[in-house]
Amino acid sequence: MLLSDQDRAMLTGRSGEAVRTAMELLIAVAESEEAPALLDISAAHIDGGLYHGEAGLDFARGLVDGGGRVVVPTTLNVSSLDLLHPELYRGDPATAKAARALMEAYVAMGCAPTWTCAPYQLVSRPGPGDQIAWGESNAIVFANSVLGARTARYGDFLDICCALTGRAPATGLHTDEGRRATLLVDLEVPDRMLDDDLFYPALGHALGEIAGAEVAVITGLDGRAGEDRLKSLGAAAASSGAVAMFHVAGVTPEARTVAAATHHRAPSRQVTLGIPDLIRARESLNHGEGPLGAISVGTPHFSVHELDHLGRMVAGKVSKVPFYVNTSRDVLDEFEHTGSIAAIEAFGATIVTDTCTYITPIMGDVDGRVMTNSAKWAFYAPGNLGVGVVFAGLEACVSSAVSGRVEIGEVW
Amino acid sequence: MSREEFRALVAGSATGELLNLTAPLSLWGGLDPDTGLIIDRSHPELGQSMTGAIVTMPFGRGSSSSSSVLAEALRLGTGPAGFILDLPDSILVIGSLVANRLYGTVCPIVVGRLPSGSTGRWVIDQDQVIPMPGSGSGPAA
Repeated sequence: MLLSDQDRAMLTGRSGEAVRTAMELLIAVAESEEAPALLDISAAHIDGGLYHGEAGLDFARGLVDGGGRVVVPTTLNVSSLDLLHPELYRGDPATAKAARALMEAYVAMGCAPTWTCAPYQLVSRPGPGDQIAWGESNAIVFANSVLGARTARYGDFLDICCALTGRAPATGLHTDEGRRATLLVDLEVPDRMLDDDLFYPALGHALGEIAGAEVAVITGLDGRAGEDRLKSLGAAAASSGAVAMFHVAGVTPEARTVAAATHHRAPSRQVTLGIPDLIRARESLNHGEGPLGAISVGTPHFSVHELDHLGRMVAGKVSKVPFYVNTSRDVLDEFEHTGSIAAIEAFGATIVTDTCTYITPIMGDVDGRVMTNSAKWAFYAPGNLGVGVVFAGLEACVSSAVSGRVEIGEVW
Repeated sequence: MSREEFRALVAGSATGELLNLTAPLSLWGGLDPDTGLIIDRSHPELGQSMTGAIVTMPFGRGSSSSSSVLAEALRLGTGPAGFILDLPDSILVIGSLVANRLYGTVCPIVVGRLPSGSTGRWVIDQDQVIPMPGSGSGPAA
């Protein structure tokens, strides 16, 4: 692999032990990917601040002790704790202490304490062509697909190695060739489906199962596929598959046409998705039986627009079951100046920031199933929390909250 | 012996019983590092143990936290002996590399395909993958 003079200098330890470690690991990974060289990045998003055990903390502390400081603007993904609402945490105090120490280690390296899985909702976000190193599967797929920025799937540890060195392997999704769609997905659904929020995560779930790790181009969507809907589509596809990028013909920045997305070459596979496939995807996200125990929305973190939409939907209503809304501290701060937060609070919803209800003990013992409009939450919560799940749209979540019973309403 | 071509993503040697995963798995949300068991409710190999196994898998799916979960499982001694993947996966690679640095654990990862129907105990040695005596490929070859 071709190393620059600067890469080699970092290997000598002149910039500190942390930088040396980061560069050594980065080169080992780059060689495993057969990358020809490293390239400069302009930003990073770090998933390593979520506590999974001592290994993560040992690694981060080693970097702090080795003088590690990020050299590009770096944001932090969700953690295990809600620092704005610490009383929500119901887990073991020793784990909370270790999780806190992990968060502090990453902040000590100069990462911004954004604590969100949706860094693309922050005021400063990357743009088309920007080379970045992002962790968090839903953020990765959004950055590539919707923003047109360029990131591979960075796992924990590798993300901070990139941030400490400002470098990343010059391969895969960082290159033109790696972004070429090889799978063509033709949607054949009635036009009214495109107005339904639940259609998008169900499509994402089906896409992940079909695409695996391939880059797909989807036809049959239009401008109604806005950022919030593409967010839910991508998050679902990155959970059921290893999808790190998709194109939507006529919608996403590198797919003005199908031919633009496939770089004017024939796709190696072509799949048609219709209503039966989407129904199967939607139904496979339900899990278990039982009454309505709680509701959780905002995975990935709710945007200002989604919070506002929820606020208008719940105005004057009261939830009979615990209702959780996950969002980021920055979005909440922005939303607090817009007003309808009072409606959400009067509704009885608990706003969770900095973390998410499916990764840390916030909900406690739920008596019954949890309803969610997130395919990602529905996908992971049964394994993580041991709960049953009802996957349904936001309106169904709100009407079920009001009646205290699972009410799906009319659905395709 | 296998004539398949393999490439080492993480170098090292390991021996273990094959655990053939028939679908991609996200280790985060899919592997409990305390027990080494597969906990993804939608996964065909739900409930099986990865501990000490040579895990074959098409590719890693899902969460970027899987590197942390792999490193933690290796720290606790519940992790797999090694991986054989159809496609390279840097998320697993970095998890194995970091655990090696911190705790001296060895979890080699190779990319390549075993002949279908392979079972029994196999050895990963750098870029070679070979069956132990009595193990092999296919139904009663």
